[in-house]
Amino acid sequence: MTAAAAAPQRRAARARWILLLLAGLAVAAGLSLAIGARSVPLAEILSALGGARDSVGEAAVALRIPRTLLAAAAGAALALAGAVMQGVTRNPLADPGILGVNAGAAFAVVAGIAFFGLSSVSAYVLCAILGAGAAAAAVYAIGGIGAGGATPLKLALTGTAVAIALSSLTTAIVLPRGDIAGTARSWQTGGVGGAGYDSLRLGLPVLALGAALCLGAARGLNMLGLGEETAKGLGSRVAATRALASLGAVMLCGTATALCGPIGFVGLVVPHACRLLCGADHRWLLPFSAIGGAILLILADIAGRVAMRPAEMDVGIVTAFLGAPVFIWIVRRRRAGALAQ
Amino acid sequence: MTAAPLSAGLARLRRARTRHRARASAALALAILAVAALTLSIGHTVTPPLDLLRALAGAEVPGTSFALHQLRLPRAVLSLLSGAAFGLGGAVFQTMLRNQLASPDIVGITSGAGAAAVAGIVLFSLSGAAVSLLAVGGGLGVALLIYLLAWRDGVAGTRLILVGIGMSAMLQSATLYILSKAPSWTLQEATRWLAGSVNGAQLGQALPLLAALAVFGTAIFLAARDLEALRLGDDMAAALGVRLGRVRLMAVLAATGLVAVATAMAGPVAFVAFLSGPVASRLLGPGRAPFAAAALTGALLVLAADFTGQVLLPSRYPVGVVTGLLGAPYLVYLVIRQNRRGTPT
Repeated sequence: MTAAAAAPQRRAARARWILLLLAGLAVAAGLSLAIGARSVPLAEILSALGGARDSVGEAAVALRIPRTLLAAAAGAALALAGAVMQGVTRNPLADPGILGVNAGAAFAVVAGIAFFGLSSVSAYVLCAILGAGAAAAAVYAIGGIGAGGATPLKLALTGTAVAIALSSLTTAIVLPRGDIAGTARSWQTGGVGGAGYDSLRLGLPVLALGAALCLGAARGLNMLGLGEETAKGLGSRVAATRALASLGAVMLCGTATALCGPIGFVGLVVPHACRLLCGADHRWLLPFSAIGGAILLILADIAGRVAMRPAEMDVGIVTAFLGAPVFIWIVRRRRAGALAQ
Repeated sequence: MTAAPLSAGLARLRRARTRHRARASAALALAILAVAALTLSIGHTVTPPLDLLRALAGAEVPGTSFALHQLRLPRAVLSLLSGAAFGLGGAVFQTMLRNQLASPDIVGITSGAGAAAVAGIVLFSLSGAAVSLLAVGGGLGVALLIYLLAWRDGVAGTRLILVGIGMSAMLQSATLYILSKAPSWTLQEATRWLAGSVNGAQLGQALPLLAALAVFGTAIFLAARDLEALRLGDDMAAALGVRLGRVRLMAVLAATGLVAVATAMAGPVAFVAFLSGPVASRLLGPGRAPFAAAALTGALLVLAADFTGQVLLPSRYPVGVVTGLLGAPYLVYLVIRQNRRGTPT
């Protein structure tokens, strides 16, 4: 088979996978409406969706719809941001959690609540984006010091150091403040339990803008994957691609953190899994990752609701359990030298 | 011809260095005494030195004896011993793996001990020695797991650190998961414990720590020469006749034991294990690995940080928050320096 004949076939295969993933997303969303910490009969859920009032089903659906929407949006945002960060830094370990970006967003929000009395969602989102951007810039600047630039090892270590440092600061701010402890506790692990339409309405436009920036940079990221020099030689505007894609990724994970709190490892796991399905072409990888991230976070949230009924477990805990082994697996797979290069 | 003056010069240098190290260690010990005296005499009320001495000697001083024997003395003792255990354990790891970032609180061994301790307290309502044992078991289990996972034709320091970071994330989630199952009235307490705190210290807690320091500390000092040789690299150490496997296993067991018992008693006090070794070697200057000085530095750090958190800051902080605030910038600084040099320090 020639390469020319293979290309349409590959495209067809990828399109089939996209359709399958979308079907999976629909199934996950359906499950998320039907399954909860409290078991509600399926018939009641269905009748509530059909418009029945004043039933247990209606109460459940009223809570579960925004929750599912938030999980889908945050999952898609984090996975997309992770894929872009892996592309921009050419680093297999890049993830908004590992690079300290989520910790930066959470720290900024907690500081805003504690010192400036912030209480509106729009203020949280703005704070979180600023915090995420500052943390990303700091980590990338520190990780890029020295010979060899920002290697996977240096970036991961720097990100972890910054994340540990920021969460120490966050704890220091929160502990003596009994009045904000309740609000601020949710900033230690991310959860989607408190979802409401108000915060979604504010967050979605920012997420959409961030996603648009990221998707627009897909072709540039492909070039970047060939190496900086080659990309320049092929006429790609490397600096512009990097800046736009990074801005988009920061907006995505900052907003996701502002809406749910820090959720780790989604941005690491999903793009790696999607690369197995569709290859390294960012024009496909980015949409694949977004859908995959939405599915993963919805499923993780369902697992958190079921794992310890009648109580619930924050989705951030579930993703760490799923994601950390993958992180270790990626580290193990690579030669020690490759990590330091 | 020049050999004699040269060797004499070297000997003089070595003597000067030994003197400097002795002086630095003495200064550390004095600082510990001073901070301990401060901790014992200042709390809600300030006790005059004379009353303090009389109460320490066993006399019944109204208003002082209770605060001293029930509150301040246990607190100071627990700070001192847990700090020493953290400091010594951390320094052993850093020396053995030739990387300051490979301290037990960064590669997840503290998290393992903490998760096991929290599980014991919350799920099985254990207390006292049982929790310590569980914490040691958890710490050792995690240490072993990290070592095995990082194994691929030998253990590379970088891979071990990254695997440890992943493990640490997972274990912290496990701890949060267990805590979320805890009845809500223990949550505040548990959060304090997680931050690392010597609040509510009791003299009985000193016993497991003393035992750990005696047993594991002795083992470490007996093997200090071999550990020293490991700093030259594995091949060199083997050539010098060090039995690598045995020394490493012993060192991991002893250091993990120390850190785990300290974690079970005082909670994962942030960064003490990580900070003590580098600070001690900065104080002592170049030379042998500063195990004893690292233990002293750890004790001083926890004592001083607890005093700061209790008395000097506007609101009361558990000790772990203060050490966290101290350690976080240093961690970032260390990463910057390490990046600039291009080689792990």
